[in-house]
Amino acid sequence: MVDVRDAVVAMGGFPALAGATLDVREGDIVVLAGPNGAGKTTLLRLCAGLVTPVRGSAQVFGLDVAEQRDAVRRRVGFLGHANGLYGELTTRENVAFHAALVGASNDEVDAALQRMNLAGRAADVTVARLSAGQRRRCALANIVVRRAGLWLLDEPHAGLDSDARAELDETLLSARRSGATIVLASHDLERLGNLRPRIVRIQSGIVVSDTAAGASTTGVAP
Amino acid sequence: MRRTAAAVFRKDVLVELRSRALLTRVVPFAVLVLVLFAIALDSEPLVLRAGAGLVWMTTLFSALVVVQRSFEVERRDGALDVLKTLGVDGAALFVGKAAALIVQLLALVVVLLAGAVVLYGVNVEPSALVLLVTTAVLGSCGLGLVGTLYGGLVSGTSSRDTLLPLLLMPVTAPVLIGATRATESAFGGDVTDATTAWAWVGLLAVFCVLFAVAGAMSFGPLLDSDS
Repeated sequence: MVDVRDAVVAMGGFPALAGATLDVREGDIVVLAGPNGAGKTTLLRLCAGLVTPVRGSAQVFGLDVAEQRDAVRRRVGFLGHANGLYGELTTRENVAFHAALVGASNDEVDAALQRMNLAGRAADVTVARLSAGQRRRCALANIVVRRAGLWLLDEPHAGLDSDARAELDETLLSARRSGATIVLASHDLERLGNLRPRIVRIQSGIVVSDTAAGASTTGVAP
Repeated sequence: MRRTAAAVFRKDVLVELRSRALLTRVVPFAVLVLVLFAIALDSEPLVLRAGAGLVWMTTLFSALVVVQRSFEVERRDGALDVLKTLGVDGAALFVGKAAALIVQLLALVVVLLAGAVVLYGVNVEPSALVLLVTTAVLGSCGLGLVGTLYGGLVSGTSSRDTLLPLLLMPVTAPVLIGATRATESAFGGDVTDATTAWAWVGLLAVFCVLFAVAGAMSFGPLLDSDS
């Protein structure tokens, strides 16, 4: 599903990725771990078709991110540090907007809201009035309604309390059960135990280790 | 493309209706500028002579606020970045945002023209109504199209609030001049005759077509350039 080979990505003349290699199979939950500036976000952005490699190659769903950028973007769901929501609109209106962009039906909007546990009252509240956890789940509902097969999430647990984190983990596991493949960047490895992810460690723009899914994360420094 | 443009237009209009920024911030600001100009000029013949220009200058100043607001909504929670990741057609995004901006500007121009009638005592003959309406529509289109293009251009920069007026004002000079001359004629001034006024309207139309094409072609690459 994701096949990145020796990718070099330059950001402002600085090599944010210096020959990274990543292979993600369908149904994986992969966590990209590493210190600030290691290249986690750049690797996610590369997989989303938001940056292109100056050397090496990157393919997502068999599509080259440099040559078929728009096709790649249409098939992945990328969520950065911001949620990309409109505070004046309700949860349903935000999801319906994304649905309209991709031609999804109202039933799909309802299904996405249901899946993210945002149906009912939360659906008709303006996003500005939602909790941080609910806003995060609304952003994920946008990814669901876009029928993205690959979810690329940059620090999705940031700013959430422990309950919201647990809810988000449940959401991600449920998404995997529904066929989504998830790659996320996180500092907080010790709190990702519920996901039993595969952990790919990045340092200075290079993948330095790859730990199989379900291996213990205890005691692993981010 | 039509589906995307319609979705973006609906979303922008809905955000505006909910926030009421046009009604509570832009319109009061614009009317206040119109009133202050009248006080500053303090001469009925001068106000009558300058009325059309004051309406369009005020519209231009107000357009800066509306354009900044339109892209602030996209930037606040990273919505524009998310739209980029969707692979949304840049031309459709441009058309949707520009259309929403044009509707807002048109509403503002209608208020300002009514304000000119009330505050400056200008007289619009029924025969000049078609000219006035056409000028209002094309002037709003011109400002909306250029505003969307330049708003998108500076949206990723840290000095966007300063850059936008610096870039927008010189480019909109043809709109300002054309709309002012045509409106002067509609206001019954003897400076511009009807034939010349329609020639200015033609200039406005050409300007709109040029910026519609330029915006549709360049908006996508423009937004992508800061990815």
